Amino acid sequence: MSADQTLAFDPDCQIFTGCGFPAPGLHTFIYEPIATWGSFELTKPMLLAVLSSVVVVGFFWAAFRKPKLVPGKMQMVGEAGYDFVRRGIVYEIIGKKDGEKYVPFMVSMFFLVWMMNLWSIIPLAQFPVTSLIAFPAALALIVYVLWVSLTFKKHGFVGGWKNITGYDKSLGPILPLVVVLEFFSNLIIRPFTHAVRLFANMFAGHLLIVMFSLASWYLLNGIGVVYAATSFVMVLVMTAFELFIQAVQAYVFVLLACNYVQGALSEHH
Amino acid sequence: MNALLLAAEGEAQPPLIPYIDELVIGLIAFVIVFGFLAKKLVPNINKVLEERREAIEGGIEKAESAQIEAQSVLEQYKAQLAEARHEAARLRQEATEQGTAIIQEMKAEGQRQREEIVAAGHTQIQADRKAAAASLRQDVGKLATDLAGKLVGESLTDTARQSRTIDRFLDELEEKAEAVR
Repeated sequence: MSADQTLAFDPDCQIFTGCGFPAPGLHTFIYEPIATWGSFELTKPMLLAVLSSVVVVGFFWAAFRKPKLVPGKMQMVGEAGYDFVRRGIVYEIIGKKDGEKYVPFMVSMFFLVWMMNLWSIIPLAQFPVTSLIAFPAALALIVYVLWVSLTFKKHGFVGGWKNITGYDKSLGPILPLVVVLEFFSNLIIRPFTHAVRLFANMFAGHLLIVMFSLASWYLLNGIGVVYAATSFVMVLVMTAFELFIQAVQAYVFVLLACNYVQGALSEHH
Repeated sequence: MNALLLAAEGEAQPPLIPYIDELVIGLIAFVIVFGFLAKKLVPNINKVLEERREAIEGGIEKAESAQIEAQSVLEQYKAQLAEARHEAARLRQEATEQGTAIIQEMKAEGQRQREEIVAAGHTQIQADRKAAAASLRQDVGKLATDLAGKLVGESLTDTARQSRTIDRFLDELEEKAEAVR
């Protein structure tokens, strides 16, 4: 460990000891590899990402492996979650007839994203996997590939482009402008915002929790105790708030995915 | 191991540039979840949800069909009851009519029989009267001639004259009786 790398939770670094506040930043989101195989370095976020899969699959395995007509506790909870995505999101946006096919996809997406977010407030993990752009980007990429391929499959090559660019003769002279705008908006900006919306929310949330956590310890010296207490209350508040935001962001991510699929399947964009 | 590291500023990658390794892990994570859910778990639960829906709807349908059956039975019963009432009324009517007819018939029959009997009686009486009259006439004639013979002292042998006389006498008697009546 080099001299400019110090533990964030350095117990000696507190106010009035001549130590500056170890403010969190981009470096907060960088981890040293746990293990290395050749050029591949396994880090904690990667491990958490894989664990997210394991947890989600494990949960649904326990709930739906041998489902009963009269559900047990596990199955009841699983069904509630499953039905929330199925009825609450997919049926609402895509419709029951067209949407049924995408239910497994959206359920997987929702619970994976939610679990990846949830690590943020789970002790020892305490890191939202989705606060690293690569993970939201991977998921947004899957959704992107899905809706773009669906568009061309449904409308053919020309129809697909018309669908994506919002081509409509009745627009008249502003048609070229609309086509260019829609092209950029749908094909380039959309996947970017889809990923960044999730990433930025989790990134900011984590940053706030880390900052108040660090401050709670940093201020815990002399008169700073009062401020440390305030800061600690903020940690609790932010943790509760994050719990809410994690679910909301997973919901929004899947809601948008459904919107894109619905747009791809619809006749008029 | 859990410790957050403060990496040197220079090492931090711009936050919007994804690491390819992490991207691949993210894709794999999704594929794992989607594979399990799409291949096995979602079909599993869908099957059960469908079965449950059918069970519930089956129950409702059963109840509905039972209700419909009950309704139809009730209607059938009501119809039967109405029919029975109608039938009873019809039978009563018929019986009344038949009774009336029978009574009428019996009356007519009685009347006829009575008339027959009366007629037969009349004939009998007439015949009896005639027979009685004939025998009486004979007896009276005989008695009268016997008595007259005894009184006259001689036997009236002229039967022809004798019978004429008797007849005349008796006719007179009859005429008298007729006149008295």
